[in-house]
Amino acid sequence: MSDGTRGNRDSRAAEEAALSARLRSLGERLDQVGSRRDTEAGPAPRPGADMSGFARGMRLSAELVGGVAIGFILGWLIDRWLGTSPWGMIVLLLLGFAAGVLNVMRSAGVVKPGPFDGGQGN
Amino acid sequence: MDDPIHQFNIVKYFTLGHIAGREIAFTNSALFMLIAVAGISLLLIGGTRERSLVPGRLQSIAEMSYEFVADMVRSTTGNEGMRFFPFVFSLFMFVLFVNLIGLIPYTFSVTSHIIITATLALMVFFTVIGYGFYKNGVKFLRVFVPSGIPIYILPLVSAIEVMSFLSRPLSHSVRLFANILAGHITLKVFAGFIGLLGAWGFLGWIGAVLPLGMTVALTALELLVAVLQAYVFAILTCIYLHDSLHPGH
Repeated sequence: MSDGTRGNRDSRAAEEAALSARLRSLGERLDQVGSRRDTEAGPAPRPGADMSGFARGMRLSAELVGGVAIGFILGWLIDRWLGTSPWGMIVLLLLGFAAGVLNVMRSAGVVKPGPFDGGQGN
Repeated sequence: MDDPIHQFNIVKYFTLGHIAGREIAFTNSALFMLIAVAGISLLLIGGTRERSLVPGRLQSIAEMSYEFVADMVRSTTGNEGMRFFPFVFSLFMFVLFVNLIGLIPYTFSVTSHIIITATLALMVFFTVIGYGFYKNGVKFLRVFVPSGIPIYILPLVSAIEVMSFLSRPLSHSVRLFANILAGHITLKVFAGFIGLLGAWGFLGWIGAVLPLGMTVALTALELLVAVLQAYVFAILTCIYLHDSLHPGH
C-alpha cells in the first residue's frame, strides 16, 4: 500500500519535472521566435524594396507612364477650358514627364523619398 | 480561334433600376464581386467561429491574412496607421479574391476593367486628401513643398510634386488593371494556339505540346501575379495613407 503511494508520488514528481522542463524549452523557443520577429520588424524596410524583379519592373513602368499620362490629361483639359492650345499641353506634358521620372527614381530608391513618401523627418 | 478579348465582355443579367436616367444593371461583373465578397465573408466568419487556441485550417488562413495585412500596415504607416487597417484589409482581400476567382476558367475577372481599379484607387486618393486635411489642416499642403529648396526654383519643384501626387491614382489603378488584363489575354492566346495547331492533324498535336506547356506555366505565373498585385495594391495604399498621417513636417 505505502509502496504503491510512494511510487505514485515519485512518478507524479517526475512527471511534473518533465512538464516544467518542456514548458521551459517551449518558452525559450517562443522567445526566439518573438525576438526574430522584432528584428525583422525593426529596421522597417522601405516598402517595395523587397519585391521580385517582375513586380518592380511593372511598378516602375507604371510610375513613368502615370506621370506622363496625367500631364497629358491635365494639359488637354486646361487647353480645352482656357483655350490656350497648345501651350498648356506642352508645359504640362513636360512637367508630367519630370514628375514621372521623379516617381520612378523615388520608387527605385535612387533619390531620397519625397516629403509625402515618408522618411525625411525635419 | 476564339476572340481573346471576348472574356472581358460585360453581360447584363437584369436591371435594378434607374438613377438620373442611367440604367443600373446587375451584370456579370457585379455577380463576381458578390461572389468574392461572399467568399471573404465565408472565410472570415467560418474561420473565426471556433476560436480555438490551436487553429484549424480555416482559422489559420483567417489569422494569417489578418497578421499579414496588420504587419504591412504597421511597418509602413506606424501604429497610428492601424486605424486604416479595416480599409486596407478590405481592399486587399477584395482584390485578392477577385483576382483569384478570375483565374478559374469560365469566370470573369472584375479587376480587368479599369473602371473598377480606378474606383478603388480614387477611393484611396480621396481618403488620403480628406484625412490629410482633417488631421493636419492647411499644413497638409506642405506635402508639395520639399524643404531645403531655394526660393527661385520652388514653384517649379512644387508643380512637379503636384503632378507626381496627381499621377498616383493613375499608376495605382493602371498597374493592377494592366497586369490582370495582359495576363488573361496572353493566357487566352496561348490556349487558342492549342486548338489551332490541333486542327492540322497528328503533327499539329505534337506541336501543340509547346503552347500547352506555356499555358500551364502562364497559369502558375498568373497565380503569382494575382497575389502579388493584391499585395502591391495594398502596400501602395499604405504608402499613400502614410502621407495623410505625416505630411513633410
